[in-house]
Amino acid sequence: MSEVAQYVEVHRHPEPKSFLWKYIFSIDHKVIGIQYLMLALVAAFLGMGLSLLLRLRLVWPNDPIAILGTLFPNGAPDGLMTPEFYLSMLTMHGTIMVFMVLTTAPQGGFGNYFLPIQIGAADMAFPRLNMLSFWTTFASFLALIMAFFVQGGAPMSGWTAYPPLSAVHAATLGGTGQDWWIISIALFCVASMLGALNFIVTTLHLRAKGLTMMRLPLTVWTWFVTAILGLLAFGVLLAAGVLLLMDRNLGTSFFVPAGLIINDVPVNHSGGSPILWQHLFWFFGHPEVYIAILPGMGVTSHLLSTFARKPVFGYRAMVYAVLAIGALGFVVWGHHMFVSGMSPYSGFVFSVLTMCIGVPSAIKTFNWIGTLWGGKIRFTSPMLYAIGFVSLFVTGGISGIFLGQPAIDLFFHDTYFVVAHFHLIMGVAAIFGMFGGMAFWFPKMFGRMMSEGLNKLHFWITFIGVYCIFGPMHYLGMLPHPRRYPDIVSVGYLMEGGAPQIHYFITIAAMITVTAQFLFLINLIWSLFAGKKAPDNPWDATTLEWAVPSPPPHDNFAGKIPVVYRGPYEFAVPKAKRDFVMQCNSDEMAYGPAAAGD
Amino acid sequence: MAFLVALVVWIVALGLAIPFFTQWWWMPPAITEHARAVDSQFNLTLLGTGIIFIVAQAALGYAVFRFGRKRSEPADYVHGSDRWEVLWTAATTIMFVGLTLMGYTVWAEARFLDDRNVTPSADRIVIEVTGQQFVWNMRYPGADGKFGPLDLSLVDDAMGNALGINRSHPDAKDDVVTPRMAVPVNKEVDLILRTKDVLHNFFVPELRIKLDTVPGLIGRLHFKADKVGTYTVACSELCGLGHHEMGSYLDVMEQADFDKWMADQSAYLQY
Repeated sequence: MSEVAQYVEVHRHPEPKSFLWKYIFSIDHKVIGIQYLMLALVAAFLGMGLSLLLRLRLVWPNDPIAILGTLFPNGAPDGLMTPEFYLSMLTMHGTIMVFMVLTTAPQGGFGNYFLPIQIGAADMAFPRLNMLSFWTTFASFLALIMAFFVQGGAPMSGWTAYPPLSAVHAATLGGTGQDWWIISIALFCVASMLGALNFIVTTLHLRAKGLTMMRLPLTVWTWFVTAILGLLAFGVLLAAGVLLLMDRNLGTSFFVPAGLIINDVPVNHSGGSPILWQHLFWFFGHPEVYIAILPGMGVTSHLLSTFARKPVFGYRAMVYAVLAIGALGFVVWGHHMFVSGMSPYSGFVFSVLTMCIGVPSAIKTFNWIGTLWGGKIRFTSPMLYAIGFVSLFVTGGISGIFLGQPAIDLFFHDTYFVVAHFHLIMGVAAIFGMFGGMAFWFPKMFGRMMSEGLNKLHFWITFIGVYCIFGPMHYLGMLPHPRRYPDIVSVGYLMEGGAPQIHYFITIAAMITVTAQFLFLINLIWSLFAGKKAPDNPWDATTLEWAVPSPPPHDNFAGKIPVVYRGPYEFAVPKAKRDFVMQCNSDEMAYGPAAAGD
Repeated sequence: MAFLVALVVWIVALGLAIPFFTQWWWMPPAITEHARAVDSQFNLTLLGTGIIFIVAQAALGYAVFRFGRKRSEPADYVHGSDRWEVLWTAATTIMFVGLTLMGYTVWAEARFLDDRNVTPSADRIVIEVTGQQFVWNMRYPGADGKFGPLDLSLVDDAMGNALGINRSHPDAKDDVVTPRMAVPVNKEVDLILRTKDVLHNFFVPELRIKLDTVPGLIGRLHFKADKVGTYTVACSELCGLGHHEMGSYLDVMEQADFDKWMADQSAYLQY
């Protein structure tokens, strides 16, 4: 704690003694953060495994995978995946990745662990609510896994679950998979709202003395805005989910209109609208995209500044851009519905608003490059992931300018062009944010360094790998190859124009990239036990978490909350004794006793 | 390391961009005025975003390269520049919003003319397109130009009445239902989009138009194809386990061929 110039004494809470209360039902935000990260890690490997199955089914539909035949005798008889099994795996891949990985790890994981420490708080504002939030998320995950094994198998209506396909049993193979899916999502919504509430109150009320909003690290800003988005968005999905569950099981008709006939049998519903679901879903769904990516943007800003040894370029502009993205994120959902048949007038409005949200995203990109400019870059593994993030963010963002224009979207909607777009920006870029965060904060969380060599190897394979997977999908979209087709062989025109070759290339790239993820997993496990001991501040970083021991004590600051003197990115400060000045360093500590008087 | 990172960033960016500018994999040829307008809007967007893409990736790589090498001088103690912030905010706003406004007319052409009078005439035909798991039904009103009424209780796929057309009604007597769509070249075609069950999506790549068929709603599209040929109709909204098999064809024919085709289809009705 020698970096702390001055502190405020606060009341200390004793650390729980029993294993159960310390590690399982813990109310310590750090333990809960790690719990979230472990959940996300399991979910990420599961979701990634499913994506590999999808790729294999696409290009080798007639080559059996024996283990699948054993696990899913109905979905993959003799190891051959049926088209409906493909659609189920596709639905589960999307759901697991969006909810259980992209929403949990950046916010519930890193946010939970580091937001309180970075603002100088002993814990979250509501520690028990925090615990409840995690365990509700865990229950939600179990409910989702249940969907694989119930009669009828996992749902096949996509992660967007558009009714009537998701609402009417006769439209699919039936069964209760979709119900378990809805229950899981509903639980997840509850958990996320509890978490969001906690983040907001914590940020507003528990900041250390001297830590004004404009001195917050950009990571805290993004977690804060993400929490606001979550609080406002998940409630809408929760309501929509409950209505859909009622349509399926209680005979209501919120989303199903009259006059449907499936397999010559009239459907006993009337009065609903499938478009209503789309509005509700995307009113949640679009902010959700930013829930996934905003924390990654915060981490990237943080890492670029730390390892360029230079203040963040345009801190204020970065904060305003995050706020603008958060606000605009709520008024662009209609761009997912340009082909839904909604009024073309609203299509135009949504298009203009969508283009507007590209502006703060571009501002962030230019500021990141501005942060690097004139820096003195240290190529640590977290820095590589952060640079990778910027590259992927630009690539994934630029295709949004095509898709945001309804006239062009009419061609690309539901093709692989869209798949390329959202995987690059919301999937891979966000995950690079997590890789960067993990490589950066692992020493703080576990007191040991990760292997830089393994991390760098993992970075190179993954960075090139994801470009090889998702880059060519743009060309498939040009052909155009519709998404959510389980098969290219049985659809004549998809065998023309080089599409099969692109598909083979993508599948092989996916196999290599997926394999490389085990490097990261091995590194995590190996470093946990055998990594080099980490000092308090291995990266010469400036924010408060680096002023406490690695790992931090039970209540973060041992009852002595540091006073904050300055902004979060004071690198390369002229006349300072070191090339960085920590937030909790007084002027005397930063410049030496003589200079402090100036 | 600095050079390696920069090089890889540049290579992947160029590798991704080049096929777009050489058009190695490209959209199928456009066969309507609207489709060509979409293509030119696409090309304009490609040019604008292509410049931003290349500039951003090049700058990223260059910054990493230049400031990643061993340097003796310290990093710049700079917190930002209002001038640059204003510059890139204004430039991107003008470009992004400008592109939307320019694309607006193309969008209007496709969708804003919905409310016009869709009655068949000498230079216009109307086709009702009904999706169902997992086939398309194309209904033509026949010589009288009127669609007969539908009766849900008459729907019977096995007996060949997928739509439930009430054949006893005079308007329905000459209604033709086929699994493929045929249209005369250079003639306005109005589509009425329906579905019997779940969401489907009517998409012909060469027309560059796409619209969901929504249960409980009627959708409208129109086009005037100016190139004879056979084109694919692909369902582009997940509709169930046979989604990928839900394809059909659009045959654009010379007027004489179309008339003959229509006569053949009508002849089947006599049996």
